[in-house]
Amino acid sequence: MSTDWRPAICVQGRPETLSSRSIRLKVDNLGPVVAGQHIDIRLTADDGYQAVRSYSLSATPRGGPGGTPLGNSEVEIAVEELPEGEVSPYLVEALAPGDPLEVRGPVGGWFVWHPTDSEPVQLIGGGSGVAPLVAILRARIASTSAVPMRLLYSVRAPDTVYFADELASYTTSPNITVDLAYTRVAPHGEARPPGRLTDRDIENFVQEPGSGIVYVCGPNSFVAAVTDLLLARGYDSAAIRTERFGGA
Amino acid sequence: MAGFEGFASRRQTDPALPPGQHLERGFPVLSAGPDPNIKVWELQVATETGQRSWSWDDFLALPQEDITTDIHCVTSWSKLGTHWRGVSVDTLFDGLKTEQRFAMARSYGGYTTNLPLEDLLGGKAWVMHTFEGRPLASEHGGPARLFVPHLYFWKSAKWLQGIQTMAVDRPGFWENYGYHNHGDPWKEERYA
Ligand SMILES: Cc1cc2nc3c(=O)[nH]c(=O)nc-3n(C[C@H](O)[C@H](O)[C@H](O)COP(=O)(O)OP(=O)(O)OC[C@H]3O[C@@H](n4cnc5c(N)ncnc54)[C@H](O)[C@@H]3O)c2cc1C
Repeated sequence: MSTDWRPAICVQGRPETLSSRSIRLKVDNLGPVVAGQHIDIRLTADDGYQAVRSYSLSATPRGGPGGTPLGNSEVEIAVEELPEGEVSPYLVEALAPGDPLEVRGPVGGWFVWHPTDSEPVQLIGGGSGVAPLVAILRARIASTSAVPMRLLYSVRAPDTVYFADELASYTTSPNITVDLAYTRVAPHGEARPPGRLTDRDIENFVQEPGSGIVYVCGPNSFVAAVTDLLLARGYDSAAIRTERFGGA
Repeated sequence: MAGFEGFASRRQTDPALPPGQHLERGFPVLSAGPDPNIKVWELQVATETGQRSWSWDDFLALPQEDITTDIHCVTSWSKLGTHWRGVSVDTLFDGLKTEQRFAMARSYGGYTTNLPLEDLLGGKAWVMHTFEGRPLASEHGGPARLFVPHLYFWKSAKWLQGIQTMAVDRPGFWENYGYHNHGDPWKEERYA
């Protein structure tokens, strides 16, 4: 059952940006996994104190980085270290291969994508909110599905892009488009001036209303701002799915 | 089980926290889609024998209660000692007869969540319009949300439109997506 805590070990940690990393976990008896789902992670301190946090899966067993399968019973998460945070600094800085933790889930059946889904997909992510969206892209690449997928990814600056090399490599994948929108610092030669997403960006980088499902994920304020823009542009709220990571 | 070397507790535990919950200072927002655009607000309560409805002004004219209590989100945060103002669900059901034991709460925007009637009546649930002395923000379910603090917060349907009793229990939105049918935080009834 997805309610049970199961032992897991850290298999690998790879830096994503200066303040985040991807963590591969091997989970005992991992059940079926769908891209877009999240797991709960539980840490126990020596004195018995426990802390639980949720993390979206960035990779599923069948769709790992680049769409290649992970090892059996393995998943990945991408964690951003929050200043003063309790769990994320441990996951980003201290957790090492071989270290144990506990996992519950995967959970969620709403903010998910199945390879049998036939509608075009628009993904819109902010910061670490790109994690479940990348899981969806990876699942699509690992499958026989050819549905069009488009990612609009809002980031502060070029050095805060998660999965940067992999996303850049997707430019050659048929029916996959990746657009980056920088809020503070744009790379040299970027046409779009740095700034938060606007109605112009929705017009330029997001599929037409009525043509599929939109997945929006990131901090609260990001999700609220983007859904407002989408509704203003004429999207039906039933076509918009959101996942919020909490925080500003 | 092996110890988790390196992970040290940074926060105090509090006996008011149900198992697996941690203290949160802010107020995270969790919803499945955009906030609904409510043009004309009306609240309805219906049983197999009849129904009642209130306009915004009618609703504010009902007896009001001030509640201070803890809230617990299934994603593991809790807030302690939050202050709310609203109308008891008992007041809304006053004068309505029912033999039915279950209810579905329905929101503007289409969200639903199911509850046994005994978790809604008897001074356990409210429809709240004020949080910490201010009108409830839309992102938290304003103008009015269901408030069932003894269950995980997904049962406290935001943007409440109505409550309908049911003879037979049926799952609501999250209950259909793997969340527990009941949702008692002290029993950690999180997922099905
Ligand atoms: C469905 C879901 C999926 C998620 N997926 C991801 C993901 O893929 N990647 C990711 O990075 N995150 C994700 N998150 C967020 C994640 O669960 C954690 O909230 C995040 O990692 C912060 O946890 P923390 O323990 O480090 O910070 P916390 O200890 O929870 O603190 C969060 C912030 O609040 C402040 N704070 C709160 N309470 C206190 C207190 N009592 N004392 C001091 N400071 C306090 C801290 O300064 C900190 O900045 C997800 C959340 C959800 C709900």
